[in-house]
Amino acid sequence: MATATQAIENYAESFRGFEQSAASHDLLWLRQLRQSGFARFGETGFPTTRDEDWRFTSLAAIAQIPFRLARNGHGPLSRNQIDCFRIPGVACQLVFVDGRFSPELSSSGQLPEGVEVASLAAQIARDPGAIEPHLGRHLDLQRDPFCALNTAFLEDGAYVRIRKGVVLGEPIHLLFVSAAHDAPTVCHPRNLIVAEENSQATILEEYVSTGSGATLCNTATELVAGDHAVVSHYMIEREHNQACNISTLRIQQGRSADVSSHSVLAGGALVRNNVHPVLAGEGGECLINGLFIGGGRQHLDNYMLVEHARPHCASRQFYNGILGGHAHGVFHGRIIVHKDAQKTDARQTNRNLLLSDTAQIDTKPQLEIYADDVKCTHGATIGQIDEEALFYLRSRGVDLASARRLLLLAFAGECLDRMKPGPVRVHIEKLIHDSLAQIAHVSHDVPLAPQEAALGEPR
Amino acid sequence: MSLLDIKDLRVTVDDHEILKGLNLQLKPGEVHSIMGPNGSGKSTLAQVLARRETFTVTGGQVQFNGKDLLAMKPEEAACEGVFLAFQYPVEIPGIGNAYFLRSALNAIRKYRGQDEMDAMDFLPMLREKMKLLEMDEKYLNRSVNEGFSGGEKKRNEILQMAMLEPKLAILDETDSGLDIDALRIVAAGVNAMRSPDRAILVVTHYQRLLHYIVPDRVHVLVDGRIERSGGPELALQLEETGYAAIEAAARGASRG
Repeated sequence: MATATQAIENYAESFRGFEQSAASHDLLWLRQLRQSGFARFGETGFPTTRDEDWRFTSLAAIAQIPFRLARNGHGPLSRNQIDCFRIPGVACQLVFVDGRFSPELSSSGQLPEGVEVASLAAQIARDPGAIEPHLGRHLDLQRDPFCALNTAFLEDGAYVRIRKGVVLGEPIHLLFVSAAHDAPTVCHPRNLIVAEENSQATILEEYVSTGSGATLCNTATELVAGDHAVVSHYMIEREHNQACNISTLRIQQGRSADVSSHSVLAGGALVRNNVHPVLAGEGGECLINGLFIGGGRQHLDNYMLVEHARPHCASRQFYNGILGGHAHGVFHGRIIVHKDAQKTDARQTNRNLLLSDTAQIDTKPQLEIYADDVKCTHGATIGQIDEEALFYLRSRGVDLASARRLLLLAFAGECLDRMKPGPVRVHIEKLIHDSLAQIAHVSHDVPLAPQEAALGEPR
Repeated sequence: MSLLDIKDLRVTVDDHEILKGLNLQLKPGEVHSIMGPNGSGKSTLAQVLARRETFTVTGGQVQFNGKDLLAMKPEEAACEGVFLAFQYPVEIPGIGNAYFLRSALNAIRKYRGQDEMDAMDFLPMLREKMKLLEMDEKYLNRSVNEGFSGGEKKRNEILQMAMLEPKLAILDETDSGLDIDALRIVAAGVNAMRSPDRAILVVTHYQRLLHYIVPDRVHVLVDGRIERSGGPELALQLEETGYAAIEAAARGASRG
């Protein structure tokens, strides 16, 4: 068993090797960024449950497993192995294996002018001047050791840029695959999404795994939404049951920018999803919509930090959780209204269904308001499947398993309804059906299509 | 042969006996009414017949269409042809009314070995029945009973009954909370369902509904037993005298 110091030493050794050979290590600003990331992580190490932000999530498992940095070590993945993860109707699909861009597995598609989608490593090498003003400018290294660690090992991920006034109708699919390894591996994908003034785009980040074995994916995304930009961001976690996934989405919103973040956590063993929008321009709107479905011994932690920095902004948080087995869910919704952010309208709702006596949810709203003319509301509920509704459905001939599934789908459907119609929503709807069928131990009334069956990793 | 044959039914809730040896027979084509004061066990009877599991049957038998009803789950009873129009229909957010009805209808059809009905066949049938109950088409896609007024909920119950075409329909206080217009519409919907091979059991506190749905037999339920039975005139008589006399007689009988 490794102690906390050993864990840091393990990463320090890994970092020394990495920083010498990492892509674009000759760029001073990038080298300094990585070093500042590691310096911060070295100071703090992994958080403990004594840390208020991590009160309900123990990272002992992550600290104890000697993860090795995944670097070119994965066996070749074939296109066949990835085909089951493709989504029809997307603009393009970028595939990352253990955090590294795989051009062979990706489908670049025909992108309209003004839309750049590339590997971050390639983009830094090609045009560092376009990256430097944004990369690492928004992510908070001081607050979150995982963001610091991600920055230390920053090398590859997705780069998306939507130029001023450009509207991209079809979604961009970023697929992150944790490949099978003999030893536990860690990767740190880093994404930068820049949606310039008046642009519009939909981006899906999806985390999946092939094979089995302990993996840690510590991912971070900086999303910069310019003035009047409209961005829909989707995050799907459906790795296998030995995977740990820590993700951070840091959103920087300009004036009257409209950003929605949709998270669906269905897979993984230990999952933490941080969503941190900063409404930094007047009149901005932010929707944070989430669904987490857990069974077995899954631990699904949703951490929101919504910062209202300017006046007349609105934020809406809606999270629904469905937990069975021994699953443990966490909802931590923190709203900070800064002194200047008058006329803020912030709302937060967390609703949970527990399907077993052993499932657990910790829900915690946290409002910090430094302005005096604001509207902030929050509410949380925890309940079971409504027995009255169950009997009502059964009294009409619907069998118990189908009745349960209908009620769970209706509950999950609240989150689905907040997503815009399109290929991503169709994809998520399928995923929800599949997850609920497993979690509620209810069977599909139609046989699974081969593709769906392939998606259903054992959990 | 009786469609429904209840013999000496005894039911408890939390160790409290509600039905204390109830006997009742319904033949196909008949409409019976169960009347009685509050707390006499009317709704308990209705829910036990729909196989609600919160009640404990401690004695007696119920044969439905020659089968042991008490051995059935709620969904089996429904598929065999029992329908309960709820006194308080449940709101189910997130499930569309039409989707719910088609799921129910197809579950029943499947049980009976019939083909499932697709939306193309289902919707015209649903629209026709909705017209009968003067229901707006907007109720098609709204969540089941969510935000419906009391009258709309009751009409929705009768709509479900019309779609599922049960052998035995039990109306549990369907008249409660209805204004006179809604009451007429609901009653017309029920009367349209009267047929030689269907039995209807109307559970009500007041005689009002029985002006519109005229029963063949009226039974008065007091303290868990049927104390008196008669023709439709019994309902009118109760309207005049109230339940007090029958209750007093029942108390006298149980003392003696």
